[in-house]
Amino acid sequence: MIQAKIEGPDIRSLEAVVVRFVGDSGDGMQLTGTQFTDTSAMFGNDVATFPNYPSEIRAPQGSLYGVSGYQVHIGSIEVSTPGDNVDLLVAMNPAGLKTNLYAVKPGHTLIVDTDSFTQKNLDKAEYKSNPLHDGSLENYRVIEVAMTSLTREALKDVEGLDNKTITRSKNMFALGMVYWMYHRSPEHSIDFFRKKFKKKPELIEANTKVLQAGYYYSETLELIPNSFTIAPAKMASGTYRVIMGNTATAWGFLAAAEKSGMDLFLGSYPITPASDILHELVKHKHFGVSTLQAEDEIAGIASAIGASFAGKLAITTTSGPGLALKGEALGLAMMVELPLVIVDVQRGGPSTGLPTKTEQSDLLQAMYGRNGESPVIVIAASTPSNCFAYAYEAARLTLEHMTPVILLTDGYIANGSAPWKIQSVSEMKPIKNRLVKEASESWHPYDRDEKTLARSWAVPGTPGLEHRVGGLEKDANSGNVSYVPENHEAMTEVRAEKIRRVQDNIPEIVPEFAQEGELLVVGWGGTYGSLHTAVKQLSQEGYSKVGYAHFNYINPLPKNTGELLKKFRKVIVCELNSGQFAKILKINFTGLAPLQYNKIQGLPFGNEELIEAFKKHLA
Amino acid sequence: METAIKKYTYKDFASDQEVRWCPGCDDYVVLRAMQKALPEMGVNKEDVVFISGIGCSSRFPYYMDTYGMHGIHGRAPAIASGVKLANPKLSVWVITGDGDSLAIGGNHFIHVLRRNIDLNMILFNNRIYGLTKGQFSPTSLVGQKTKSSPYGNTQPPFLAGELAIGAQARFYARVAGNTPQEMTQVLIEAERFNGTSLIEVLQNCVIFNDGCYTEFTDKAVREDKQLHVEHGKPMLFGKDRDKGLVLKGLKLEVVTLGEKGITEKDVLVHDAHEQDPTLHQMLVRLQFPIVTGIIRSVADVTLEEREVALTEQVKARSEFKRTDDLFFSGETYTVK
Repeated sequence: MIQAKIEGPDIRSLEAVVVRFVGDSGDGMQLTGTQFTDTSAMFGNDVATFPNYPSEIRAPQGSLYGVSGYQVHIGSIEVSTPGDNVDLLVAMNPAGLKTNLYAVKPGHTLIVDTDSFTQKNLDKAEYKSNPLHDGSLENYRVIEVAMTSLTREALKDVEGLDNKTITRSKNMFALGMVYWMYHRSPEHSIDFFRKKFKKKPELIEANTKVLQAGYYYSETLELIPNSFTIAPAKMASGTYRVIMGNTATAWGFLAAAEKSGMDLFLGSYPITPASDILHELVKHKHFGVSTLQAEDEIAGIASAIGASFAGKLAITTTSGPGLALKGEALGLAMMVELPLVIVDVQRGGPSTGLPTKTEQSDLLQAMYGRNGESPVIVIAASTPSNCFAYAYEAARLTLEHMTPVILLTDGYIANGSAPWKIQSVSEMKPIKNRLVKEASESWHPYDRDEKTLARSWAVPGTPGLEHRVGGLEKDANSGNVSYVPENHEAMTEVRAEKIRRVQDNIPEIVPEFAQEGELLVVGWGGTYGSLHTAVKQLSQEGYSKVGYAHFNYINPLPKNTGELLKKFRKVIVCELNSGQFAKILKINFTGLAPLQYNKIQGLPFGNEELIEAFKKHLA
Repeated sequence: METAIKKYTYKDFASDQEVRWCPGCDDYVVLRAMQKALPEMGVNKEDVVFISGIGCSSRFPYYMDTYGMHGIHGRAPAIASGVKLANPKLSVWVITGDGDSLAIGGNHFIHVLRRNIDLNMILFNNRIYGLTKGQFSPTSLVGQKTKSSPYGNTQPPFLAGELAIGAQARFYARVAGNTPQEMTQVLIEAERFNGTSLIEVLQNCVIFNDGCYTEFTDKAVREDKQLHVEHGKPMLFGKDRDKGLVLKGLKLEVVTLGEKGITEKDVLVHDAHEQDPTLHQMLVRLQFPIVTGIIRSVADVTLEEREVALTEQVKARSEFKRTDDLFFSGETYTVK
């Protein structure tokens, strides 16, 4: 077993480090990145990751648009974003180097596989001359390693491997080198191979050998001037695991189903970047989860509406274009007042847009994208790990208020991963559903709770409560079809008021850093990590009058929102769209004229751009 | 716990809502046939669910004193699929029309049949859009003059049965809208069938497409123009039951008993249970006589049966009994 060395003359201790692995989309960069992440998290570091891959599954080898990357930020301090500036870039080919060098500041380190810097690959990457030889990298510390040949050499005695498998193992050589550089034991990854390739012992051997070869190579040859340690971070005590946003979302629903004593139903149609929620939930039939991979987005939500009518905790998962297709059915769910959660993992729009990139541009669609006046609850998760809490919350609100809830996440937090302090269902907030089990003489489907206006929920199979619901307007009392003008207006108002009253069942917003003063930074959804990091930095720099309010509840807004906005001289709303949440705030608070900081590049906010934007508005 | 099935009469299934179809509409016939058939089906009222789309016929659930949902245009099969998968014990009925299921809902229509979920679907086919006041539908005939085809329809129609069997329908029946007894019987058989049952009702629209099926449904001619098939019985028709179908090469042919030495033994015997859909498709496509009755009824495993079995298997071998078992499984670490 390899023991990570702890002390030595060339060892420097760092607070945090950002590593990016880049290569062809078939080079296994996502796996390499997640292995480094998991190992670091288990060592005790705080971690945040950002996978960035093309929408082509296997783009032509060596091409610029086929580059797949995985960035991870590990720290002994709190880490909320995958980081802006890369400390170590591992480039498996010229295209990866070309498309990612911008993120590495001069003086920082590059590890490159020299074997891949052939004329053919240089041409594909549109390099006029070899950057390893033309001096263009002289401001970086370049570690040149013939990784492909060394991998072949390491595997020359392993039997049963074809050429392709051998070449594809070189990512483990890179991982071994990075493990050595940051004093990480390779044992966790070796364990992982043992489990993953249980039935293919030759692959366990191959991956282990190459990983160790990379590790020892770094140690033996003095190519790498020094190595670094990143001490464990101070985190709240508890049991943790590294979790991806989409998995956390799926698990939040599992927890809600168990807590409410209901079975979960998912009706869904595959769409990037939401499909992983389907992939996860379909595994869990043992918890009574039923899933239907439907023929289209509409059948996904329609089947969920049917399941909800029959008494399941029903959800549907999608991304922007799918939400557009689900609009009419969502209106039906709102009209018949059935519980239903719609998860929209937002991606770059409009139309097909940028399917694998992140954006927050479905907010207005979530709010208003239906015919007629059809308000629903809208909430948003803000980190990979709190996707768990907000999926749970979406289920709780839909069951308690008998109206659909849209849960917004985005590609950035859905595919990103972070440590999650595991929550046992026994510690979660209780969930009260509105099921009626017994018939009373006077029962009708639109009997409402006085406080919340939520109707009661009688499901097929319950004797004596047979009733009809439907998309046509209903009489407020009997629940029968009604075209009476005053009734329609009254029902429209009830449906709106029902959403307003959710305010009594959600927490008030508590700003971070300054509680009043000069500038309030406002964000919502998946930008929490970037915005929190930026305002924290300002606060550490002595800007004591900058507060930060991050919204997870959007419709309705927390009760104290108006009051909070008044406590700061300026408000700046930061979004990965052209100002949709700012619009919502302006609609709600007359006279509010917030500043805006917007970015629509399919990428998260960078730290420096935010600091610069905020400082402009600070004296 | 199995509860005893209660005794009902047709009145138990009528809701207090006034029925608002046009006087003389065949929809009344289906409604009454349904209310009469339900007490014969051996199901409890609280276990019956009607799901509809949009169109004249889709008001149907409001008139049934059972659970029901009036859905959105074309999506009833998808909504109903969710209901049935959520609770396989329910008797779930889909009420749809030719526009609802063959145009806007075509996708759901074919996929529900492919999956074979145990739903019963009644397709009210009047070859016209009634509720939107008279446009041609996907079953309107070429040349048919409607509000949206004043010079005659140029789009060739679907044959509902052909499309359905092409989409792997295991149960397909066709019934004329003016034959209440046959209809009641077919509805009972559809409920008995384990799998998706499709019942196409050839339904007259008195306002926008009056007489669209009269040519072979009129009482005076129907015995001569319709062949009502029954499983295991020879395919005979005509007032004197002296006409029959034989297979000549790859075509069906009408023969007359007693002519050219033809006897009843030469006539095809209907086999609704035959897996191979070839002959069923030929019966569906036949222009004379028009074939009614249960054309196809082939037993097969349903989607929910597969799902339930799979769930039991997964449950039996899973190490996860509660979510805690999952959440704390695998690679976790402790911070002190």
